[in-house]
Amino acid sequence: MSGKSLFQKVWDDHIVVPESDDTPAILYIDLHLTHEVTTPEAFNVLRSRGLSIRRPDLTVATLDHSTPTVPIATLKDLDAVSEPAAAAQIRTMIENCKKNDIRMYGFGSDFRGIVHVIGPELGATQPGKTIVCGDSHTSTHGAFGALGFGIGTTEVGHVLATQCLLQRRPKTLAINIEGTLSRGVTAKDLILAIIGKIGVGGGTGHVIEYRGSTIRSLDMEQRMTICNMSIEAGARAGMIAPDDNTIQYLNGRPLAPKGADWDTAVARWRTLPSDADARFDSEVSIDASQLAPMVTFGTNPGMVVPITDAVPVSDDASFRKALAYMKVTAGKPMLGLPVDVVFVGSCTNSRLSDLYAAASIMRGRKVAKSVRMLVVPGSVQVQRQAEAAGLDKVFKEAGAEWREAGCSMCLGMNGDIALPGQLCVSTSNRNFEGRQGIGARSVLVSPLTAAASAIAGVVADPRPLLQN
Amino acid sequence: MEKIDIVRSRTVVMPGTDTDTDQIVPARFLTTTTRKGLGKALFADWRYEKDGKPKSDFILNTPAAAGCRILVAGHNFGCGSSREHAPWALLDFGIQAVISTGIADIFRSNSLKNGLLPVVVDKATHTWLLANPGVELTIDVASCQLQLPDGKSVPFPLDSFSKYCLLNGVDQLGYLLHQSDAITRFENERAWKP
Repeated sequence: MSGKSLFQKVWDDHIVVPESDDTPAILYIDLHLTHEVTTPEAFNVLRSRGLSIRRPDLTVATLDHSTPTVPIATLKDLDAVSEPAAAAQIRTMIENCKKNDIRMYGFGSDFRGIVHVIGPELGATQPGKTIVCGDSHTSTHGAFGALGFGIGTTEVGHVLATQCLLQRRPKTLAINIEGTLSRGVTAKDLILAIIGKIGVGGGTGHVIEYRGSTIRSLDMEQRMTICNMSIEAGARAGMIAPDDNTIQYLNGRPLAPKGADWDTAVARWRTLPSDADARFDSEVSIDASQLAPMVTFGTNPGMVVPITDAVPVSDDASFRKALAYMKVTAGKPMLGLPVDVVFVGSCTNSRLSDLYAAASIMRGRKVAKSVRMLVVPGSVQVQRQAEAAGLDKVFKEAGAEWREAGCSMCLGMNGDIALPGQLCVSTSNRNFEGRQGIGARSVLVSPLTAAASAIAGVVADPRPLLQN
Repeated sequence: MEKIDIVRSRTVVMPGTDTDTDQIVPARFLTTTTRKGLGKALFADWRYEKDGKPKSDFILNTPAAAGCRILVAGHNFGCGSSREHAPWALLDFGIQAVISTGIADIFRSNSLKNGLLPVVVDKATHTWLLANPGVELTIDVASCQLQLPDGKSVPFPLDSFSKYCLLNGVDQLGYLLHQSDAITRFENERAWKP
């Protein structure tokens, strides 16, 4: 019998009732992250059935998706800025959490922010945990060797009421990555290249484990960027084995274990990496040393090329429809396309290292006059650390807007939108039609590429602008 | 949930591949606090002019689509965001089943929780269906068979638990609550506490 993979160890550790031919497994959930958009109907169902929350202590709430990225000190401020439906939804979340004793990192909290940024910051995200949220980018937490995946609102209700989910064991896909990333090529470019290679349905039915020396060399924020976009390859989740980087990151965080509990936890975490003889259902290899900064050209994250390449040619009807929507031409490069908006933010790339990267390009330079640039830190903590390092000044002096934390223009639910026809170069994770505003065209890139494009006013390669 | 055993209807066809849930329900409609009434949001960015009038050439607005409860869609339908508003919108609009060669995982799971049938068929059948919009099909949940107009039928995958829940109108939350003792035992006996 072969050894176990990281995924299998975590899965097996959480079986309440095993899977059978006729029934899925009942899987226990260690951490339930929640936000204002995918919870209301779940709370409605529990209320209508007279059910209470089983483990409020394992539930964490924040406000991020509908939330404005301007300072909100009181709910009156909210009403002044938000659409009525968004304000009502935020109020509903605050009330639901209060009534059910759920810890809410809301307005005025030191730890408010994008749900997949604050989980790790709080030290709530830990190796070996099962973590769910009504949001597909829950895969982010897999960077810590946790099994994190997105669920729908009905399942949010299941977890609130029982702390469990009905699940069938998915397959596993090992993605082995070797080689050193070249200068100017980031974790974001790596995950875009992976999605380009395996396709937006390539991971369907699988949990990905990212393995190899390249992955070992990445810090935790870079690993979060990689795991975040696992869903864009269709995968349920994406995981990276915990190591010294992981342990160092979590040490001392507010919700991380302390004292003797810390030592016990660390010892357990060290047993999690896949056994040497673990088997995977599928395997893919990537040579990271061959990669360049990447840029999407179409209307899903799999429609992506190296930034110096031309848009591919294809007769496929959906492909041609995507190019028509994006107003890009097959055979022509993406470089040089005029840019209207640049967005640095989202659960993919809004952490401190992402802001440092963007600032490194923008220091002493100006955003092109034709460009509106938003820089949105992923959380209150990121915002404060960035301000302490003077990064906000770099962005503001360059002519960018420095905002409060939230999902913002990733999906435009809070008023931060690109206008019809505008080309938005974005560090977020989805370039679907209308994602960032009706009729808006989205191009996904790394923070370096976003900053370079803001300066140039066109889609631009960051490498010539890097300091020596 | 209501019991579902047969869905019989003419088809409406949307052939584009990788139709994501942002197309099915754009994010600006997600500020709702109820699942009701989302049918008007279905494919909103493709369906309406800027002034809100329905586009006469969008397939779901045409007379051919009236009364159709089966959608034949391109590969990898429902990819992207986990928003359960997507199956809610399809159901509220009147769609009861989606047929494709590939249906994204989270969308599939959400659909089954709401009685929207995800029906995955082989490429040849799919190609024929794309080329023949408006045919009458019968989806038989108990036998997991899709009956075609010529009398032939093709199988589609459906795990036995999902089938059982659909046929019997089983509420999965009730099923889980029934296991409360096992859940308590797990919490008490597990090797470490989160």
